[in-house]
Amino acid sequence: MAVEMPENVVVSRLDELASWCRKNSLWPMPFATACCGIELMATGASKHDLARFGAEVFRFSPRQCDLMIVAGRVVMKMLPVLQRIWLQMSEPKWCISMGACASTGGVFDTYAVVQGIDRFIPVDMYVPGCPPRPEQLIQAIIDLQDKIQSEGTISGREFDTPERQLRKRALVEAIGPLAADAARNPVLQRQLSGMAAAPTHS
Amino acid sequence: MSQPPTDGSVPSPADQTAVAGRPGARAVPAELEVRFGTLEHSSFRGQERIVVPVGRMFDILAFLKDSGFDLLVDVTCVDYLEYRGARHRYGLVYLLAATADNRRLIVRVFVDDPDPTVPSVVPIWGAANWLEREVWDLFGIRFTGHPDLRRLVLPEGFTAHPLRKDYPLQGRGERHNFPVLSRDDG
Repeated sequence: MAVEMPENVVVSRLDELASWCRKNSLWPMPFATACCGIELMATGASKHDLARFGAEVFRFSPRQCDLMIVAGRVVMKMLPVLQRIWLQMSEPKWCISMGACASTGGVFDTYAVVQGIDRFIPVDMYVPGCPPRPEQLIQAIIDLQDKIQSEGTISGREFDTPERQLRKRALVEAIGPLAADAARNPVLQRQLSGMAAAPTHS
Repeated sequence: MSQPPTDGSVPSPADQTAVAGRPGARAVPAELEVRFGTLEHSSFRGQERIVVPVGRMFDILAFLKDSGFDLLVDVTCVDYLEYRGARHRYGLVYLLAATADNRRLIVRVFVDDPDPTVPSVVPIWGAANWLEREVWDLFGIRFTGHPDLRRLVLPEGFTAHPLRKDYPLQGRGERHNFPVLSRDDG
């Protein structure tokens, strides 16, 4: 069935369009408890300028956010607060675990410090570093944007899909594709072939 | 800084203004030993320290308050479990200061298991309220007469006193005892 397309009209799936809107309009919830929070503030400030990625508006109310950035160690007295704030955020929502402490507890292997927030809430991106540079956080947000674009949120079951197993673009670019990975994962094959066809960053 | 006189000689007036409350100016009131007998007393680099028995500590601390020590700087505790040469398990530390003439004094009180208990000094210094709550929270020293002896820094449901030396550094699993939220709970 051939349809004559007027100029300046693009056909897309609604899911793709919604994801495209969402990924370029992230509203971060800064859950900053330690020195990572300083880097988080630097990321939002003028020098690193998170506004370039559409995520510059930090809101301190979870009701107005869709991206929780946990920056710093979380102790067991804080964890119920973290979980409550996470539950108060409305869907769709994502979570970045920023820095060694939020991801693993870091050097604080003591009775009070939670050894990684992913034990108790879902996490989409982990940022290594102690604390990470703003560039690393920006890379995580870019990778999260890729993930939002590729997964979509219409079904509500996107986290069970093979897209979840995609490697971060930063990793693929840095160390190259692993043939064994690609052989096992058809989605990764598609990702890699798409990357080979697309022009690389210069 | 000049060396403090160690022979009990009276320091010069200049020394007194420069290092009031430091060596030379004796922090312990002379009347203390008259009223309460001989107390174990030591001094290290001008920091004076007395050790008082649990039974008389409230009276002694009340007397020290009346004799000028109007500021309770800190109340804390040391666990001497398996400490070389220690005769008692817990050593409480009361850091006192006299703001009028800049004297400072360390008061030590030693208590033992089971159920280490000392009288609260909240009636003397209101500042002791949260300090004693913190010691109760982390060391499990019970302060009798405290108006509100709840945990200060740890969550309500915590049962241990984690700064005791026989408490494992990584806890007894308290930090893992939370519900796990999945995507479906959103």
